[in-house]
Amino acid sequence: MGWRNIWRKLVNYVMFSLTGLCALITVGALFFILGYLLWHGGSALSWTFLTHLPTPVGEAGGGMANAIVGSAKLLLLASIFGIPIGFLGGVYLAEFGGQAFSSVVRYTADLLNGVPSIVMGIFAFTIVVLPMKHFSTLAGSLALGVMMIPIAVRSTEEALRTVPMMLREGALALGASKWKTIATVAVPAARKGIITGIVLDIARVAGETAPLLFTAFSNRFWSPGWNQPTASLPVMVYTYAISPYDDWHRQAWAAGLVLLTLVLVANVIARLTVSGRSAQ
Amino acid sequence: MAGIPIPTGRATANRRASGLVQGLRSGDTFAHLFTLLCAASILLVTAALVHQLYINSALSRHKFGFHFLTGRTWDPVNGDFGALPFIYGTVVTSALALLIAVPMGVGAAIFLSELAPPRVSNAMTFVIELLAAVPSVIYGLLGIFIMVPFLRQYGEPFLKHTLGFLPLFQGPAYGVGMLAAGLVLAVMVVPFIISVSRDVLMAVPVEQREAALALGATKWESTWQVVVPFARIGIMASIFLSLARALGETMAVTMVIGGTPAISASLFAPGYSIAAVIADQFAEATGDLYIQTLIELGLVLFALTIVINGLARVFIISTTKKGSGH
Repeated sequence: MGWRNIWRKLVNYVMFSLTGLCALITVGALFFILGYLLWHGGSALSWTFLTHLPTPVGEAGGGMANAIVGSAKLLLLASIFGIPIGFLGGVYLAEFGGQAFSSVVRYTADLLNGVPSIVMGIFAFTIVVLPMKHFSTLAGSLALGVMMIPIAVRSTEEALRTVPMMLREGALALGASKWKTIATVAVPAARKGIITGIVLDIARVAGETAPLLFTAFSNRFWSPGWNQPTASLPVMVYTYAISPYDDWHRQAWAAGLVLLTLVLVANVIARLTVSGRSAQ
Repeated sequence: MAGIPIPTGRATANRRASGLVQGLRSGDTFAHLFTLLCAASILLVTAALVHQLYINSALSRHKFGFHFLTGRTWDPVNGDFGALPFIYGTVVTSALALLIAVPMGVGAAIFLSELAPPRVSNAMTFVIELLAAVPSVIYGLLGIFIMVPFLRQYGEPFLKHTLGFLPLFQGPAYGVGMLAAGLVLAVMVVPFIISVSRDVLMAVPVEQREAALALGATKWESTWQVVVPFARIGIMASIFLSLARALGETMAVTMVIGGTPAISASLFAPGYSIAAVIADQFAEATGDLYIQTLIELGLVLFALTIVINGLARVFIISTTKKGSGH
């Protein structure tokens, strides 16, 4: 074997080792993030943290109960607004749509999905906050809800496309109307994929901070109803992290841990459901 | 791909004639129109978004015109605004992020598609997709408390010591700054490059690899000279997608970039990105002109990401067409 071949083999080993290293570092990053948050956030996490209001600056203790409830309310209203529209839009693309219009909708959905979340915040600001002249849960939910639509459309469409045509034809042959076929055959057959898509959709906007900064804003207290500024977990992580107080930093870690746990658990469950289905 | 067969020509005409009455009675037409409205809402929302950004930045657009994009002052007190420092910060941090993330991401994708056994590859991809789901504020949190102190104490002094002759690595080491923002962005976009590139690489026909190997190429030569060039458009798409993401990324950048509207050659210097200045100043902005200027910045950011994303999607569409043709 000549030097040239030895060199070629060497390049082969070195380059593939490097690619392996790249993959390992990336995978390691997740465990690093998780470990670090558990280490720092775990010590600050307590029952008080989950059930109490924030205390004034300088007073130790206190929690983020209002932010947890605030996040839940924001997500609930955003889902009520975004999911039905996205779901039905997906049904249209998969079941009714022609070619040209559907392609345009699909392309626009992908573009809308790529619009920076802070721009969505500005959108909700101009539509809700400017006319009403104050920050509110409603405005924050609108920003998050609009962000949910394109993902819901695309995931619903993809899930419905995996349902074999034969199932629909069977129902149609039995005399069912088209929407009845969709509602009782196609959608139930695709429900796993649809629900997975929706869970991932909610998990994605759950961590969004930027669109809430000047729509839902923040609040040191409870936010009754839907028409007042509200605290939320991601915004709390942000404001506490950039504050100069050590006690707030500890709380930021705890809030980050809660947020990351929720998002990752939703992701793992949703993704395992899908891969379990495809393995069958 | 199992698509829905689209009735054409005469079939459509026939169905329309007999179907309309029946459709109205059974609810089909209603369902059709209602879901159509929901699908069209995507277009309506996008149009409304552009419209709102446009009319709500009128003051700023009229006052500064296109000089807004080249102005270097940012003086909220006297109402003089220019966007150049933010555009500069956005472009520099995104470029830095890609410089690090592209070799890393493409390398990892090559490993996952070419070398790793399927089981390992799937497990690692699963983890990498979870990484993509981590909220950006969490990256910011880790950036502030781990990366910034590290850069200030070790990273930047080291770079200054070794590469200090370059203007990029001069000046005091603050920790926060363009370098920190670029690094956080790199970590954030790597998962996107990996997951798209891996899919594209795995879609390369196995015959391509076998042909190269049969000619005596090593596995690396077959990968680098045959498989990667074959998948280059898809890889380009993944890079554009992550570029768009890096340009618009807000929270993590806001937390580590330092918040200074200045243009400096050094990566150590604190700067500002478009998204970061909006996040930082919007809620406290007073006066219509100030707010409308920030909205115009949002419009600039929107246009920038739409163009980059649009290109990426065109690449993706062209690769899937090519793929299905085989």
